[in-house]
Amino acid sequence: MTGADGRFGRVARFATIAIVLAGLAGCGGDGEGSTRGAMLTGAGATFAMPLITLWSSQYEAVEGRRVNYNSIGSGGGIRAHIDGTVDFAATEAPLTVEQFQRAEGTLTIPFTIGTVTLAYNIPGVDELRFSGEVLAEIFLGEITRWNHPQLQELNPDAQLPDQRIVVVHRSDGSGTTYVFTDYLTKVSEAWADRVGYSTSVAWPVGIGGNGNEGVGGAIRNNPHSLGYVELSYVNSLGLPTAAIRNRAGNFVQPTLEAGTAAAAASVDELPAGHESWHEVSFTDPEAADAYPISSFSYYLVYEELGRAGDRMTRQRAENIVRWLEWSVTEGQQYNNDVENAALPESVRQLNLETLDRIRFNGEQVRTW
Amino acid sequence: MDGIRRRWFRYLTGTMAVVVLAAAALILYELWAGSLPTWREWGLSFIWRTEWDPVRGEFGALPFIVGTMLTSGMALLIALPVSLGIAILLTEYAPRVLRDPLIFIVELLAAVPSVVFGLWGIFVLAPVVQQHVMPFVAGSPLGLLPIFGEPGPGYTLFTASLILAIMIIPIIASLSREVLMTVPREQKEGALALGATRWEAMRHVVLSYAKPGLFSAAVLGLGRALGETMATTMTIGNRLGLTFDYFESGNSMTAIIANELREAASEIHVSSLMAIGLVLFLLSFVLNTLGRLIVMRVHTGAA
Repeated sequence: MTGADGRFGRVARFATIAIVLAGLAGCGGDGEGSTRGAMLTGAGATFAMPLITLWSSQYEAVEGRRVNYNSIGSGGGIRAHIDGTVDFAATEAPLTVEQFQRAEGTLTIPFTIGTVTLAYNIPGVDELRFSGEVLAEIFLGEITRWNHPQLQELNPDAQLPDQRIVVVHRSDGSGTTYVFTDYLTKVSEAWADRVGYSTSVAWPVGIGGNGNEGVGGAIRNNPHSLGYVELSYVNSLGLPTAAIRNRAGNFVQPTLEAGTAAAAASVDELPAGHESWHEVSFTDPEAADAYPISSFSYYLVYEELGRAGDRMTRQRAENIVRWLEWSVTEGQQYNNDVENAALPESVRQLNLETLDRIRFNGEQVRTW
Repeated sequence: MDGIRRRWFRYLTGTMAVVVLAAAALILYELWAGSLPTWREWGLSFIWRTEWDPVRGEFGALPFIVGTMLTSGMALLIALPVSLGIAILLTEYAPRVLRDPLIFIVELLAAVPSVVFGLWGIFVLAPVVQQHVMPFVAGSPLGLLPIFGEPGPGYTLFTASLILAIMIIPIIASLSREVLMTVPREQKEGALALGATRWEAMRHVVLSYAKPGLFSAAVLGLGRALGETMATTMTIGNRLGLTFDYFESGNSMTAIIANELREAASEIHVSSLMAIGLVLFLLSFVLNTLGRLIVMRVHTGAA
């Protein structure tokens, strides 16, 4: 452990130990004459857990190989990737420039699309529409009442009460916050100046709830509240969602199709898998039918798998690539089961090109 | 043979004791080493800086230290009289038939997982506090105090304080009971024989004899409140920014670490959370040492 790496890695160490132990335990249970480390291990975003768990059980049924995923958060996943302790990491935010430099040779592979909804609780109101600017002003604390003229203008048919808006946001650092604040940063200069975007930000107003469930609970408990919740949670929470005006001027409800449409609109601007993805974001896209607040989640994997040393074999490298390939192609059909949007066809193609780059000791792994 | 075994056993137990010490020392070292970038950047001023903005990389610990102090302090203020009452009831007034079940119930309260307290706080206490308790306090003369502002949402420093109070009552009550039991019977009987009423004997003899012990029971309860994470995080509101208003959402040292460590991406963010951990560690360490020292003095004094 030297210098900056040592300091940075320290936090990840607990998680790393847990992952290694889990991996070892997995090997023990994997009887069928397999060599050590036959089970693949991944770590990262909590948001991706339902999908990857579903994938791994489907994948095991088809291919007979298990994948063990630890949902320790995107930040933890990125650290585990940089430390090289996992076969793949999953994150909601792409690597920053600094992180990308430290994890040289990283490939970025989008594998699903998450959508952030605006959920609300106003007795007597079951249809609500926002524009990005108005949302930013509400979350900045400048629009404080539901019957504000700007809100009434957007919702001429709704009976908006003369009540304070109870703003609810995530209290824990999260990719959901990253996507939502990324959107607000794009649509509002005031937001960009005063707050900015990250997995946790200094919220000017509002109460914090822990996790999607925490935010959902706070919205349900507080009349006249408004908060942002991942689409996959909002239905089970039983909260109505608002339509958001996209760049084309259409009010769009958060749906899986509208999320995929937003991603498809961004394909031309996507970098190649081995380049830095730090600028990738398709919030506030141009497309007419696109919902404006959604984003990719990404796998992180190294281009040269041989760098993992003894842990890696040709066989294992092939297993990793097969798993990644399966999940970004066949696996996409399971997205709807967990209310994530599927990748558009063009992104799947891009991913296959990226997977072709993966090497084991200099030789291409995906030769099939 | 026996001698070897005995020596071996002594080494074994000795090693285990050292392991515990080493673990504590290692934790301290890791917190220090992990938080170095923060101390390098801002030095001690990190402790009284008030910004916390992960986007711009500005970090300061004061709002969290204040939040922890306010909630723990209020919790102690509420818990102390209640616990003392329980302890006195159990040692002096409760008939034998009632005493053991009561002790059992109080100690059972200490075994409830803090996440359960947190859930109860969210679903039961927070709405009650929002709709009834805060408006009532705000309307009473207490509401004139600057620490009680306009009642906000249900998740406030006040709600967290109430939860913490309930959580530390069993600790303070059972420690106080033990302290009260060390008061020599002769002292109390002497006072009663001199014509003191039961109340006077209680107040002037028993309580004054037990005062240092009761003080340390309070300190240990406070230590528990300082470190409580789950229930606090779930009820405090997790708002960034300095506030001294109990009716406002706030934050604590434990809550900010629990909330942000997992997804903290930049090095300085992680290191600032570690720095808060270090401050909390030292604070609890000092308080607990203080408490134990006083308990030790009481015990040697009583012997």
